[in-house]
Amino acid sequence: MKDTNNSNKTSLEKKFTFLKHTADVKFQAFGNTLEEAFKNSAIAMFYSMYDGNIKKSKEVSISVEGKDFENLLYNFLEEFLFLLDTEGFFLADVADIKIEDCTNNNGKLKLKAIAVGDDAKNYHIHTHVKAVTYNEMFVGFDKEKDQWVAQVVLDV
Amino acid sequence: MVYDVKLRKISENVYEIKKEGNMNVPGRIFASDILIQQMRRDDTFRQISNVATLPGIIKASIAMPDAHQGYGMCIGGVAAFDIEKGVISPGCVGFDIDCSVRLLRTNLKAEDIQGKEKQISAQLFRDIPSGVGRGGRIKLSEKELNEVLLGGAQWAVNNGYGFKEDYLHLEEEGRMAEAKPEYVSDRAKKRGAPQLGSLGAGNHFLEVQKVEEIYDEKVAEAFGLKKGQVTIMIHCGSRGLGHQVASDYIKEMESKYGTKNLPDRELVNAPINSELGKRYFGAMAAAVNFAFANKQLITHWTREAMKKIFPDFNAEVVYEVCHNIAKFEKHEIDGVEKEVLVLRKGATRSFGPGRKEIPEAYRNVGQPVLIPGSMGTASYVLVGTKKAEEISFGSTAHGAGRVMSRHQAIRQKRGEQVKKELAEKGIEVKSGSWKGLSEEAPEAYKDIDEVVRVSHELGIGRLVAKVKPLVVIKG
Repeated sequence: MKDTNNSNKTSLEKKFTFLKHTADVKFQAFGNTLEEAFKNSAIAMFYSMYDGNIKKSKEVSISVEGKDFENLLYNFLEEFLFLLDTEGFFLADVADIKIEDCTNNNGKLKLKAIAVGDDAKNYHIHTHVKAVTYNEMFVGFDKEKDQWVAQVVLDV
Repeated sequence: MVYDVKLRKISENVYEIKKEGNMNVPGRIFASDILIQQMRRDDTFRQISNVATLPGIIKASIAMPDAHQGYGMCIGGVAAFDIEKGVISPGCVGFDIDCSVRLLRTNLKAEDIQGKEKQISAQLFRDIPSGVGRGGRIKLSEKELNEVLLGGAQWAVNNGYGFKEDYLHLEEEGRMAEAKPEYVSDRAKKRGAPQLGSLGAGNHFLEVQKVEEIYDEKVAEAFGLKKGQVTIMIHCGSRGLGHQVASDYIKEMESKYGTKNLPDRELVNAPINSELGKRYFGAMAAAVNFAFANKQLITHWTREAMKKIFPDFNAEVVYEVCHNIAKFEKHEIDGVEKEVLVLRKGATRSFGPGRKEIPEAYRNVGQPVLIPGSMGTASYVLVGTKKAEEISFGSTAHGAGRVMSRHQAIRQKRGEQVKKELAEKGIEVKSGSWKGLSEEAPEAYKDIDEVVRVSHELGIGRLVAKVKPLVVIKG
């Protein structure tokens, strides 16, 4: 899979968009590559909790696996909730992200990323995301728009 | 979202979704015409039908008056399962395992706190940790956390946080004996350890209230409630620990049983009697105990905070009800008493007089049912009934239920405006964030009065008292 930085395509019209959901938060995140759609999903999740500027004072390495795109996305986003609860890490941006496909040899999808952010205590966070859900989740390539789309519903 | 559903009104406040396709039982909704119209606007009906397809479900897939779209099962959903043939689904319990409500009665009268609302809100906000990414006041070793998961509110009391009378007045006496801390993952424990004794954020709150109206003198007296008395309500759950337990077992059940035959990936499940089903139940019960302990600590710090302002302050526990929970209970099925697994997601147990699960002090009148309104609106105390045991597996509504998305709410009104409007109604609000306030604006919720009216009229929970907020603390 291509690295986001190598993409020749023009920048996205939108990184993510929030959709109507009565109780929970639902969004679609976009990317010229699968990696970029994952990165924008993480940014969208944190945007739903706090929509101001976050300082980039800390760096965290992330490594997760999944058996399909949805499972990988679930595990990727959940890792951030774990970091938020245990270390108070609040995401500003994903600096580097790579997804490796080892499913051919009965292996898994492997994701490695460097996340940058700050201590959650420095912000008045308005929404508490309790969990990532599989509800209505999908990851796919939208041929019409020529871009990757990831849809997620968060339990808040 | 429009879902073509065969909905039939059976009688006043009772609707049925016809059993068809893969459904094993019909859907049954306890709601008025107005509330049904609100449910029509989202995915509630389809989710009720989806739950009806699960193996071993008994009688009906049931929805309470405050039902709204969730994930997997709707919020406000109740289902009972045959223990031999049935399944247990973490999606039918919810991520915030045992998100629940505790009510304290105090020795203060409303006039005692008049003019001191700001002082009270500041003190409570200082002494009770809340908000996202902010932990609790105590540090636990791994061994101590396991003791919390085993002991629940009883652990807290045994460690000096409160009195025996406190846990005697909680659902399950503040401890689910089936808890198995060894089935809770290290990841879940790591998320939970720093958060014990904290309120969290979102719809969780602590309110100082006054009893505004009594509807049933006899039952109110049994619950120790009088008009004009100050009460305190605490609403929060099992925090990150419970969320992680749900997530862990959803993933494990998915990899073991797959989701191909399911109408919704979030309804992934395991047979109740399977090794995995039993492990989930043990871990869920441990998360419930975490929630019990959490509220016991908050109760203790609330007493301490209030004593700083009112030296003679005294608060006793009225009761605590569990939402988002699975329990083995005895119910009469086709004339025969049988043990079944009841899942309540955003619903409250509502047992009538005589049940042994009810604390002795209330056993003659029925179980206290606590139904919080949205921020700034009234909350209600009801009493459980035999009727609920007959028609809803002993369950009723749990709150107002959202009608507006959080983003819609934020767009509609700023937090500053919400605070100002509540202040005009005599309600002092303190929150960690303006946006959080705006998300929880009263307009974003269903009309709580209509929800409890339906419960009372149907007889699945009868009105006892109305309490009005005076001071609200939010994360």
